[in-house]
Amino acid sequence: MSDYPTPDAPSLTIPVPRGPLPSTPDRGAGPPVTLEVDGEAVTVPAGSTLLDACSKRGVDTPTLCYLETLSPVNVCRVCVVELEGSRTLVPACSRPAAEGMVVSTDSERVRLSRRMVLEFLSSSNDVETAPELQEYMERYGADPERYGSRNGQAATQAQPTKIDNELYVRDYSKCILCYKCVEACGVDAQNTFAIAVAGRGFESHIATEFDVPLPDSACVYCGNCIGVCPTGALMFKSEHDLRNAGEWDESQQETTDTICPYCGVGCTLTLHTQDNRIVKATSPLDQEVTSGNLCIKGRFGWQFVGGGKSGSSGS
Amino acid sequence: MLWGSNARETHPIYFHHVLKGIHNGAALYVVDPRRTSSAQWADRWLGLDVGTDIVLAHAAGREILSAGLHDREFIERATSEFDAYRKAVEPYTLERAERESGVPGEAIRDLAHAYAKAPTAQLCWTLGITEHHNAVDNVRALINLALLTGHVGRYGSGLCPLRGQNNVQGGGDMGALPDRLTGFQHVENPALRSKFEAAWNCRIPPKKGWHLSGMFDAMERGDLTTLYVLGENPVVSEADKDRALRLMNGLDFLVVQDILFTQTAEIADVVLPAQAGWAESEGTVTSSERKVQRVRRAVQPPPGCRDDMQIIFDLANHMGHEWGEPDSETMWNELRTLSPMHAGMSYERLEKLGGIRWPCYDESHPGELFLHGRLWADPLIGPRAPFAPVEHCPPVDVLDDEFPIRLTTGRRLDSYNTGVQSSQYASPMRWGETLDLSPEDGQMHGLAEFERVRVSSRRGAVEARVRFDPGLRPGLAFMTTHFPDEVDTNRLTIDAVDPKSGTAEFKATAIRVDKIGAAATGS
Repeated sequence: MSDYPTPDAPSLTIPVPRGPLPSTPDRGAGPPVTLEVDGEAVTVPAGSTLLDACSKRGVDTPTLCYLETLSPVNVCRVCVVELEGSRTLVPACSRPAAEGMVVSTDSERVRLSRRMVLEFLSSSNDVETAPELQEYMERYGADPERYGSRNGQAATQAQPTKIDNELYVRDYSKCILCYKCVEACGVDAQNTFAIAVAGRGFESHIATEFDVPLPDSACVYCGNCIGVCPTGALMFKSEHDLRNAGEWDESQQETTDTICPYCGVGCTLTLHTQDNRIVKATSPLDQEVTSGNLCIKGRFGWQFVGGGKSGSSGS
Repeated sequence: MLWGSNARETHPIYFHHVLKGIHNGAALYVVDPRRTSSAQWADRWLGLDVGTDIVLAHAAGREILSAGLHDREFIERATSEFDAYRKAVEPYTLERAERESGVPGEAIRDLAHAYAKAPTAQLCWTLGITEHHNAVDNVRALINLALLTGHVGRYGSGLCPLRGQNNVQGGGDMGALPDRLTGFQHVENPALRSKFEAAWNCRIPPKKGWHLSGMFDAMERGDLTTLYVLGENPVVSEADKDRALRLMNGLDFLVVQDILFTQTAEIADVVLPAQAGWAESEGTVTSSERKVQRVRRAVQPPPGCRDDMQIIFDLANHMGHEWGEPDSETMWNELRTLSPMHAGMSYERLEKLGGIRWPCYDESHPGELFLHGRLWADPLIGPRAPFAPVEHCPPVDVLDDEFPIRLTTGRRLDSYNTGVQSSQYASPMRWGETLDLSPEDGQMHGLAEFERVRVSSRRGAVEARVRFDPGLRPGLAFMTTHFPDEVDTNRLTIDAVDPKSGTAEFKATAIRVDKIGAAATGS
């Protein structure tokens, strides 16, 4: 027989001998790239974008459709910068940084373009639950009223809120069509493809197949679309109900990182609590296991904490 | 390769990583009796008959050998028992495998060649492999394939049991096994045992204990009369529920420590209300990739519910042992002095690195991304890895004219085990318990979808609604244990147990399906 103990015999080794330290293969990245951002030289690793270079330079670039865990789709145009030699402004989030580029991030042309993008979005959409967008509007002096009041004059996306299940609320009057939810539902994370953009022009909207209610669609309620939504158009029902009751108070909320209690994958859950109650669960974008994504159990399965609904574990 | 795993539903975030690989051009092979939502992503689905995994694995191994695709140098340098293995797989021809497993020989050949020729390959499995009466043999048949091809101990190549619970790995690591102390140190090894005895200032029984199934056998013999159950719901989760309930009701004394009032708590003499470990307590859990991560208190527990550790400390106190004030970090640091594989994992480092994979021998050690790299060291470090010349052994619960349908069990995406936790939220996808049948079987029995039927096995019978699942082949049925209040699936299942692991054969029950009102016998 072998010199390794059988499962029934005591092992004398503890528990296996120490071997060489495993390493990851060297993928051989290209040489770093040096470019000029707002008059200063910046060096970034090969494969970086202009957005990365701006961050390295300490420039805070507004983004709406960009997320580090999703493929850039270049639809919101709020991150545009001026690139010497380019006829048009370029989206910083997707343009690869190249040697010798000269980039301006705060020129009059850039500021005007960003302001108009923000005005278009905020004149047709309800931005009440979009804190980042509101902050950008202030930074760039956006005045949506220039296109008419949202009460009647301006064309808007106003429509009734869709509440067709116990977990999600969809309020598309707040949707700026950033595509993040479509990407998270698609190849960038969940690969369920329950939603896409339907229609053309101003009629474009996020839709399930044939606009059926969510429970009749392919949706598996992972909530990864909610996790990436920048405007609150997609919201957990738990948050929506507390907001409606006037009880949602982020200043009173705490977050705690822990590990999901279900399967063995080890997803980090960020529990958002208020008044000693869990009010929602998210996951950090920079977490190597989840990249911010969860499944239905991790996202919504916490309701047994505190005794459960009926008061009836690791079981 | 996913073998006996429906990771798309049972490990959804792990499957995101699989999908990334697929989008990058990786091939996916799924071996599963059901054409699951994981199988729908596969380049090739091998729908074997339940319990024929060794037939399939051996046939693939034989094919790799006869095509000369095995890694001769690795086998020579790092393995043992190769000749016995070669002899064991010799009778498993593709023709025989096709006959016994139901998988076309050509598909087995394709899988064998793809696996052997791949520059890197992962072989992952779940309960489809382990919930059988020959669980360990099944696992070793898969390990054989990795040893044969050198797909182990290298970056991107390995063997990966996908653990089903958030800390089932940690439970084993901590010594919640019949034969191991913390860090897999064998209790029957005097040197290791005495290290623990010195640290704990007590005598540790020098013989290994019983695993869960062994405990039920001991109850049957009258050798086990008192049971202390922590965070487990055996009244519902044990195979052959009627027997489990009878034995537990026959105990002299049953203590249940849990966060919710489970069916097991209902029959207990004493119930100790506990805190939800992952949201109301401090500590660590270990994931399927051996990664130790911190869990933290986010909410204060309901009144009267106490930390597991506090309860155990108080019990010790009542037994005359003064253990001091319980504190998770102090406890962890004690563990680090006794378990070499955890020695380098301070709370500070776990925090900073967001978790560390064992083994981690000291505070400058980063933890190990994969195991068994020693098999590639030259010269080899430690013992050779043995092939296992295991033999196919079909499920215990045989199919016959009276019980002609093979019932297998598993999880659904939105639910979990006996439903104690997952039943507390409203999933829009949930339809409760059903007996899932192939549409062909439904038609043959003259059943309408969602009609209630009587499902019987050699142990018991339940009533359930029928649902048609085109992912099932004729003769194959599927149920979960998620909804014990609706349907007690474990009245049907068999407690035939793997003697090596103690796992019951939840995956292979012989059943019959009768229309309600029809005669109880006769088909």
